[in-house]
Amino acid sequence: MMPELSRDEILRYSRHLLIPEVGLDGQRKLKGSSALIIGTGGLGSPVSLYLAAAGIGRIGLVDYDVVDSSNLQRQVIHGTSTIGKLKVESARAKLLDLNPDIQVDVYNEPYTSENALRIAKDYDIILDGTDNFPTRYLTNDVAVFLGKPNVYASIYRFDGQVSVFYAKEGPCYRCLFPEPPPPGLVPSCAEGGVLGVLPGTIGTLQATEALKVLLGIGEPLIGKLLLYNALDMTFDFVKLKKNPKCRVCGPNADIKELIDYEEFCGVPSHDHEEGSAGANWDITVQELAERVKTNHLKLLDVREPHELQISAIPNAKNIPLGQLAARLSELDSADEMVIFCKSGSRSARGLELLASAGFKKVKNLKGGINAWAREVDKNLPIY
Amino acid sequence: MPVLRIPTPLRSYTSGQSEVQVGGSNISEALADLTTQYPPIKPHLFNDSGELRPFVNLFIGENNIKDLQGVHTPIKDGDRLVLIPSIAGG
Repeated sequence: MMPELSRDEILRYSRHLLIPEVGLDGQRKLKGSSALIIGTGGLGSPVSLYLAAAGIGRIGLVDYDVVDSSNLQRQVIHGTSTIGKLKVESARAKLLDLNPDIQVDVYNEPYTSENALRIAKDYDIILDGTDNFPTRYLTNDVAVFLGKPNVYASIYRFDGQVSVFYAKEGPCYRCLFPEPPPPGLVPSCAEGGVLGVLPGTIGTLQATEALKVLLGIGEPLIGKLLLYNALDMTFDFVKLKKNPKCRVCGPNADIKELIDYEEFCGVPSHDHEEGSAGANWDITVQELAERVKTNHLKLLDVREPHELQISAIPNAKNIPLGQLAARLSELDSADEMVIFCKSGSRSARGLELLASAGFKKVKNLKGGINAWAREVDKNLPIY
Repeated sequence: MPVLRIPTPLRSYTSGQSEVQVGGSNISEALADLTTQYPPIKPHLFNDSGELRPFVNLFIGENNIKDLQGVHTPIKDGDRLVLIPSIAGG
């Protein structure tokens, strides 16, 4: 039974009711439907705002993060006044202000193999707006196992991808990407950056697809992948087919239950700072501050040249991580060296590279130059 | 010559080029030409044994080469090849 619309709701949704493809029945369908949004960040912001505005009766938000000032360049559902607050609570308040007639359920917890099926099972559709590979594979597998459509979108710098992965009618995420890239090969937005408006463009496309699927109108991106590039302003479409060897939705699927996705991807299921190379290889900023007073240490900065304009440590040699392998001859393996980047992740990979090339006296600066700026040189900005 | 579109994450390995003209009569030769023109991109596309990495998706027009003849898929002048990266940002 589709719920009735109140007199107020008829006025609120009048522009929808005027479109024959939606109409009164479509709007009632939306009111009776539910959508689970994984992540309340760049993509989750426009997605949840537009789905709430469109009158989806019940919206679920999964996120365990708090609002940070560096989010606000793109995560427009939050605001300066909600910095430090839980993202799901910040978002819920905004959504209910936009549309008090809907229900917003929040899950202030990481989305994991332990809770994902329980959280997702009562929703009609799942929207993937996470920021890391383990949660993307988890979101896909949950959708396949529960037989629900997974409206996928993903962004990096100027590139965006959108598709509807719905194993009942077409391919799933794993059909296209059977396995994740090796850890470190694909930078995250926290490392590589993202144009703030990009998740706006891509998230609104994602919300559009969700509404089409829920209403049963148009041609959803099932079996198609949209590729957007903001710099070139290009939209490319490619066809996706079901992979007969797919390990979750193929005829001989061998993955029948949720797995350990962090192990599968070799990376943690968050896109946070504070990279570490392991306790034996790390040096803290406090230790480094002491060591530079007495020892002659070489400092190696593996960030990109444009990042040096933001902050720098004097006398550090800059070799961007991507050039490190080709420029090893500029370094002396006999030197005691501390390698650093913005937050410690890229430098941890640089350290691995150096260690495999025979450098034994290298340490990774835990937390990177941002930790140095927080704890030691407080005149430096944090970015 | 066929044109290969390079996604943003890989453009730092193609001197910032968004499109690269590649020679060759099939995908394998086109990728060999690409890695000759831009050697730093090679480890991002191929594993140590010289096979295309499983997460690398290459399309000719709308079609995945995995649904055609893989790296042996023939190509011709004017073909548009698209490399699809695995990205996870949100």
